[in-house]
Amino acid sequence: MTIRPFRLTLLTLSLLIPAALCAVVLFLLIFSWQAIGFSGLSFVTHEFFNMGQIDSDPVTIRGLSVPMGADYGIFVFIAGTLLSSAIAICIAVPLSVGAAIFLSEIVPARIRPALSMLVELVAVVPSVVFGLWGVAVLVPFIGNILGPAISHALGFVSIFAGGDSGGGYGLLAAAVVLALMITPIIATTLLDALLQVPKENRESAFALGATHFEVVSKAMMPMVRSTLIGGIVLALGRALGETMAVLMVSGGGSNAMPTSIFSPIATIASFIVSQLDSAESDPTNMAVRALAEMALVLFIITLATNAGAKLLSSGVLQNVRNRKH
Amino acid sequence: MSATVSTDRPARPARSTQELRRIITAKIGWVACGLALALVIGPLIDIVWVVTYNGISAFSPTLFTSSTPPTGVGLWNAIEGTIVISIAAMIIAVPVGIGAGIYLSEYGNNRLGGTIRFMSDVLTGTPSIVLGYFSYICLVGALGWGLAAPAGAVTIAILIVPYLARITELALRQVPTAMREAAFALGAKEPTVVFKVILPSATSGVVTGALLALAISVGETAPLIYTAGFSNYPLDPTAPVHAFLHNQIGYLTYVIWTFIEQPDQTSHALAFAAAFLVMLFVLLINIGVRLTVRRTAGVK
Repeated sequence: MTIRPFRLTLLTLSLLIPAALCAVVLFLLIFSWQAIGFSGLSFVTHEFFNMGQIDSDPVTIRGLSVPMGADYGIFVFIAGTLLSSAIAICIAVPLSVGAAIFLSEIVPARIRPALSMLVELVAVVPSVVFGLWGVAVLVPFIGNILGPAISHALGFVSIFAGGDSGGGYGLLAAAVVLALMITPIIATTLLDALLQVPKENRESAFALGATHFEVVSKAMMPMVRSTLIGGIVLALGRALGETMAVLMVSGGGSNAMPTSIFSPIATIASFIVSQLDSAESDPTNMAVRALAEMALVLFIITLATNAGAKLLSSGVLQNVRNRKH
Repeated sequence: MSATVSTDRPARPARSTQELRRIITAKIGWVACGLALALVIGPLIDIVWVVTYNGISAFSPTLFTSSTPPTGVGLWNAIEGTIVISIAAMIIAVPVGIGAGIYLSEYGNNRLGGTIRFMSDVLTGTPSIVLGYFSYICLVGALGWGLAAPAGAVTIAILIVPYLARITELALRQVPTAMREAAFALGAKEPTVVFKVILPSATSGVVTGALLALAISVGETAPLIYTAGFSNYPLDPTAPVHAFLHNQIGYLTYVIWTFIEQPDQTSHALAFAAAFLVMLFVLLINIGVRLTVRRTAGVK
């Protein structure tokens, strides 16, 4: 085999991408190793993140020097991350399904590109601008109008109570901003799939006497279901890792389990940003290591989600299902 | 009136309950879909409107001549920092991204190529704060670069390289195989084929990818907070180079994030002005790219 310097150069360049990914994972793992050893499983099961008394002398526990009373638990942030993303998905899925159906069926083909471009543009607005809009428009709206209205109507259920007291920052604001950010991902995926449904399928449904809406809901939607689910999971992956917008509107309520949709929350990503400053003042460095472990947990969660999306959209599960029949 | 109608066409049999229900369901369904589209596009228009209105109200020439408070009442340090970080990130990322794209498209139809593609997708899906934290412990801490422009630029470069690689790969794959074969038949070597034949015919796609990557790097915040830090002072052209390499640097997205939390109106105005600049840049690039791509696609 001859050595081809040109190919070798290109290969080296492209190997930098896997190298960067491996470096990220390895460095986080090595750096957080002591924190993993110190916390063990309690890292994900303990509810609260307590940096301990970082001003007083550190104590030695299990051979590691840590601040007195330090107990790193991130259950509350895992809950905040999953809850905000789950509510965001619940809001985003009906909106994007409706928008995609309307774009593919009702909007004339001449103006469809313009409208679908508008939907795509939502996805490119930087997340900090979403956060700014959230602080300036959405949070006052939830605090003054939507929150009191929801609490007034459904306040007897405890998860809807308290909307009239808070300033609007909290779980609901975070979920709405996330929903807006992920809607274009689901909507454009679904729109592409709907436009690719064969003409014959549509026409056969019409010929059977179905109304236009029945053609869409009963003949076309079942055909694009796996694409839709793939798009939803992909959007979920984006929502789980979103940082700035959530940080700005979630109220930064660290260390408290949300009790209602108006409770302040923190997600894994937003907590890392908001707490690194105080973690740096820990002389034993254990708090910074614990935050690195959080970053690792977030990486694993999003990796699993994105892998799931890939599996769904590549049709592996589809083949399995077909084989069963 | 009703009499003339009934003579013109035969009387229609009364609709059955089931038919009526189907028609009503369809009507409600369409209205719901239309509302959904309005609810998706409405907030975008509101975001653009709110940011543009407040941004333009806050606009003045001092934005470009003076720095952020308490140094001044402008954004110059942040504008400058964003330009420096983005350009440095592009200088690092473009050769790597385009090189990787060429490899994946021309020689990557094997297991190794598949692995690189997969890892690249994983890197794209990695939350930006995870990359920022990696750079914080690795570049800023372990390598001792400190909070400064180089760490920020490298972090952004890691973030945009996978986009560049995949978009370049897609663009090069559009070039017909016949062109490669023709060039090889004329006796051209591999570098000549790639640089004189394939890349020139895929220029628009590659430039599109680079512009989109630039838009991403201008709009990012989370990976910069703990790598680039922030500074209220503009770059000092008289300072030695190592000062630039080791001093914290400002950028626009940080201004948006922190200044909207301040209580005073001046800070809010600056946050909106910064958001307006960032949004204008990102949206113009994206709209421009989309219109160009659509037009060339239409011509073909």
